[in-house]
This record gives sequence, structure tokens and C-alpha cells, in this order.
Amino acid sequence: MSSENAELHHDEHGEHESMSRGKIWKVFAILLGITVIEFIIALWLVPKGHIPLHWANPIYIVLTLFKAFYIVAYFMHLKFERIGLMISIIVPILFIIGLILVLTNESHYWTELR
Amino acid sequence: MSAQVSSIDELKTTPWAGGKSPFNVEYGKMMMWFFLLSDAFTFSSLLIAYGALRFSSSTWPAADLIFQSVPGMIDHGAPLVFVGLMTFILIMSSVTMVLAVEAGHRMAKKEVVGWMIATIIGGFMFLGCQALEWTHLHHEGFWWGSIPHELGEYFRHGEATSVTSTHQFANLFFTITGFHGFHVFSGVVINIIITINVLAGTYEKRGSYLMVEKVGLYWHFVDLVWVFVFTFFYLV
Repeated sequence: MSSENAELHHDEHGEHESMSRGKIWKVFAILLGITVIEFIIALWLVPKGHIPLHWANPIYIVLTLFKAFYIVAYFMHLKFERIGLMISIIVPILFIIGLILVLTNESHYWTELR
Repeated sequence: MSAQVSSIDELKTTPWAGGKSPFNVEYGKMMMWFFLLSDAFTFSSLLIAYGALRFSSSTWPAADLIFQSVPGMIDHGAPLVFVGLMTFILIMSSVTMVLAVEAGHRMAKKEVVGWMIATIIGGFMFLGCQALEWTHLHHEGFWWGSIPHELGEYFRHGEATSVTSTHQFANLFFTITGFHGFHVFSGVVINIIITINVLAGTYEKRGSYLMVEKVGLYWHFVDLVWVFVFTFFYLV
């Protein structure tokens, strides 16, 4: 067991080097920066009327997906894994998109019921 | 003819040609990924149910009107400041977790312990903040199945107030942040166990700090879920 772990670890070693301390802090800066942008939109741009509320929401969602990408790709290291693992994790997420489409459609029907 | 046969018999070296692991990850790490995928489905279902209920309501309490206090310091007029602090704490503890993983790759035991302890402290700070926020909302009258009597201050000016949607908001808020907080709590407990193992030298003897990586995956996932909870409960 132990030698097996060490071997796997050794195989990946070259790829792990890509996540250096400098890179970690860079990803942190990106995540923090995106959060700060979200706060600027929520506390300043929308209340002051610079952008309407129905524009702000899609912007929040896009920014959130960016954050999710950086967390999964760099912090969770998925970007540096084998393509097979990447596909088997990312493709099932399509089911979530399916549920979003189904339930948004359903919620329009609920509106009529209320 | 003979040339064709020999090209078929030729040994393939592609990842899926057999004889080696096509994913090149250890069993436990792969299972952690699949567990997290299933957990992602659970959280998505909760958040999508929240979205569907909210879309179908004509009015909904406004986040920046509900969350505008810093418990113990500011009672009113500081929208999203406290949750901003919580978000910062969780992102920060995610960073200390990757730094622990990075130190593990260099087999630097002392650094792993230091960063793990920093991660655990971050986790406790987040849980403390969440406890304060829940207490504050509870004092205002929000809980599972209960809402304040006076709803005017939680709805945007000129919007009709709604008892039904405020009830739905309260139930969904406590269920989803509670489920997330429970994940943070489990994460802290697992982090403590792993740190004890690091201190005991278990992974040094094993020759790899892969366990730190696995618990790191879980911890980043908790951060990832918070990113979505934050957007859909506090911003949108």
C-alpha cells in the first residue's frame, strides 16, 4: 500500500510542480479580486443606479462560475489530472444543467398556480 | 497480410490500452472525487429548489435588507459586510489548505502541520461567524417555520410583502446554510484527525502526504459550495 502510494505520487510529481506557492497566491488574488468586484456591484453600482438589477444577476452568476473554475482547476488540481478523470467529473455536471432547465420551466407554471 | 497482423499485434501505450491506471490517481483520491460529485448534486438540488421557489414568487425578501448587521458591532446599515468577512475567511482557509498540500509534496512535516492548523482555525472562525449570524436572525424572529411579525423592513420599497415567500426564504436559508455549515464542521473534524496523523508521523512513514491532498479536496469543495451559496443567497 505504502509503496503504491509513493509510486503514484512520484509519477505525478512533475505535474505537481506547476502548483507552486507563487501560483497559489496568484489564484487567491484572482478569487479575492472577483469577490471584491461582486461587492462593488452589490453595494455601489446597483444602489446608485449605474447598472439595473436585471443586469447585475447574470454578472454575479458569470463571476461565480469563474471563481468555481479557479477553485476546481487550480486548488482542487483538476486541470493537472489525466483527461479521463477530468471528463468523468465534468460531464455528469450536465445533469445539473438539465435540472436547472426543468425546474425553471416548472417554476413558471407554479407562478400561474399561485 | 503479414504486415497487417503485425500492426494489430503491436503493443499500444495509450492510457486506455490496459496494464496501467488510466486515471493515474490513487483509489481513495478518485473515490473522494466521486463522493464530491454526488455531494455537488445534493447541494445543486437544494439550490435549484430555492431558485424555482424564488422565481415563482412575485416578491421575495431582499438580501441586503435582511443581512445588514455585523453581530455585536453594527446593528443596521452595513449590508453584506459580515458575509464578506465570512467569505474572506473561507477563501483564506482554502489557500492555507493548498499550502499544506504543497508542503506535503516537499515532505516538509512542520510546514504541513502549520498550514493545517491555520486551516482548522479558519474553519472554526467561519463556524463562529455562522453561529453569530444564525443567532442574530433568530433574535429577529427567523427560524425554520417562523418569521418576524413585521415584514416591511425586509422587502424593497414599493414591493408588496409576502408571508409565504418570507417563510420559504427562512426555511431555505437555514436548511442550505445549515447543511453547508455541517459540511464545514465535518471538514474541521477530518482536518484535526489528519493533523494528528501528520504529527504522529503516519504519512512520513508512508512516504506520501496523499491523505492531506484528499482532505484538501473536501475542504476546497466546501469553499466551492460557499461561493454558490454566497451568490444565490446574498447577492442575487
